[in-house]
Amino acid sequence: MREVAVIGVGMIKFGRYDKSVWELARDAILEALQDAGIEFKKVEALYSGNMYRTNLSGQQILQQIGLTGIPVVNVVNACATGSTAVREAYLAVATGLHDIVVAVGSEQMGKMGLLGADAARREESVEGILGSGLMPAIFSTAGVEHMRKYGTTIEQFAKVSVKNHKYGYYNPRSQYRVLLSLEDVLNSRMISYPNTLYMCCPTGDGAAAVVLAPMSRAREFTSKPVKIAASVLTTDPYTDRVFALPDPNTMTRNAAKLAYEQAGIGPEDLDLVELHDCFATAEILHYENLGLCPEGEGGRLIDEGETEIDGRIPVNISGGLLSLGHPIGATGVSKICECVWQLRGEAQTPDRQVPDCKVALAHTIGLASGGACTIHILVR
Amino acid sequence: MTEAGTTTGEAKKVRPIVPYLKLPEKEGEEAVLVGVRCKACGKAFLGERLVCPACTAVNQFEPVTFSRTGELYAYTIVHQSAPGIPVPYISAIIDLPEGVSVRANLVDVEPKPENLRFGMKVEMVTRKVREDSEGNDVIAFFFRPAEG
Repeated sequence: MREVAVIGVGMIKFGRYDKSVWELARDAILEALQDAGIEFKKVEALYSGNMYRTNLSGQQILQQIGLTGIPVVNVVNACATGSTAVREAYLAVATGLHDIVVAVGSEQMGKMGLLGADAARREESVEGILGSGLMPAIFSTAGVEHMRKYGTTIEQFAKVSVKNHKYGYYNPRSQYRVLLSLEDVLNSRMISYPNTLYMCCPTGDGAAAVVLAPMSRAREFTSKPVKIAASVLTTDPYTDRVFALPDPNTMTRNAAKLAYEQAGIGPEDLDLVELHDCFATAEILHYENLGLCPEGEGGRLIDEGETEIDGRIPVNISGGLLSLGHPIGATGVSKICECVWQLRGEAQTPDRQVPDCKVALAHTIGLASGGACTIHILVR
Repeated sequence: MTEAGTTTGEAKKVRPIVPYLKLPEKEGEEAVLVGVRCKACGKAFLGERLVCPACTAVNQFEPVTFSRTGELYAYTIVHQSAPGIPVPYISAIIDLPEGVSVRANLVDVEPKPENLRFGMKVEMVTRKVREDSEGNDVIAFFFRPAEG
């Protein structure tokens, strides 16, 4: 396998747009190409992640950016859709199949609100009768499980939202740029105990893209290539309760173990983590799943400020899904873009540049019984 | 509905909301959750299966009838849901003694965290939740706090 580098990144501000989703993807790709200093004609393959408009998403994007006849692979993997597209692009370069490839993630969710709500209204639906299978309930129940095991408090979960909104406030690409106090978060309306409104990520529109090349050629395009030191994809192995309560933990733990092995590092070597904080409860769980702290100490980690920008291991300095937004197909790619900007020292505003950032980890999950989890470790 | 001129002459039927809920067929029986246990690895599952999702053994199952009582493992209280779904309600994960967990609404208790205790005993009840398009009663299962 060859070493693979990110040579260009691009991402639109997440939000709501009148443009088509394919135009949003085009804009992200154009930025990434400009960043890499190349034309689309040089691109040998396109890997396109989009969850709600899966079929031919990449070809729709080609119509906007150039029908060059290159192979397109369309990818869907729940909330790990975009990062799975990056992994496919990575594999194509690592195995020598292609040199210059683009992975793009895009989504247009408008104001669709609660995911799965349409299906829940069908006559045969069991939603709201046999409990709730919707994401707020699942991630909230996983949070309550953590409360049961370790005594984690709703205040500790709420602090995640305060932190991530603070960094999102300083990120010009963030969907929601608001500073929230702990009281604001705790007093916002309850969605699914213990997650209040501000502890749930929004829906929205977005697109993000990366250009990859073999490390051996990276300096043709950039003076600051970022190496992909690990690219891992897992699903959830069987665990007891997985059919009743989909498990965000085991697949993340398995992916983290593989990623640290592949990169030859440990969690103590990380300077930045961008993890999948779809709900505030999830971030605390993933502190432990990714080995950022010992089992059961996720609540302490947020209490002691260790995941702040000046803490021991900064987490979600992009603003995270909670503030940056979560246009599903775009999310996983956006996390990798953020890691690249931080590693290059280009985090747009000084308030959210992680000092001397050398190693960053991007984590995305799509939750189901089975699920999907990706981890990429990026190194400058 | 049995308005004149709209009946088919057949008795109104009841049907379970999911195949793994077995409704009583005669007097004295109770509704139960049914499933299978893998003879290779011992794991139990709600409903029918051909291949074991835990160990991949093919067709090595024996039938299991699950207990109507269990323990509350974890929960959430849903305050916002799809339109038409009454809130708030408790979405609970119930551990049954045969080694399977089931997701269900926890009823007959006000949906507040202070009323819920991890490990509390719960028991299954069944209730009509709606009529299907053919006019049959659709029966669902719920859990409620139990004595002890």
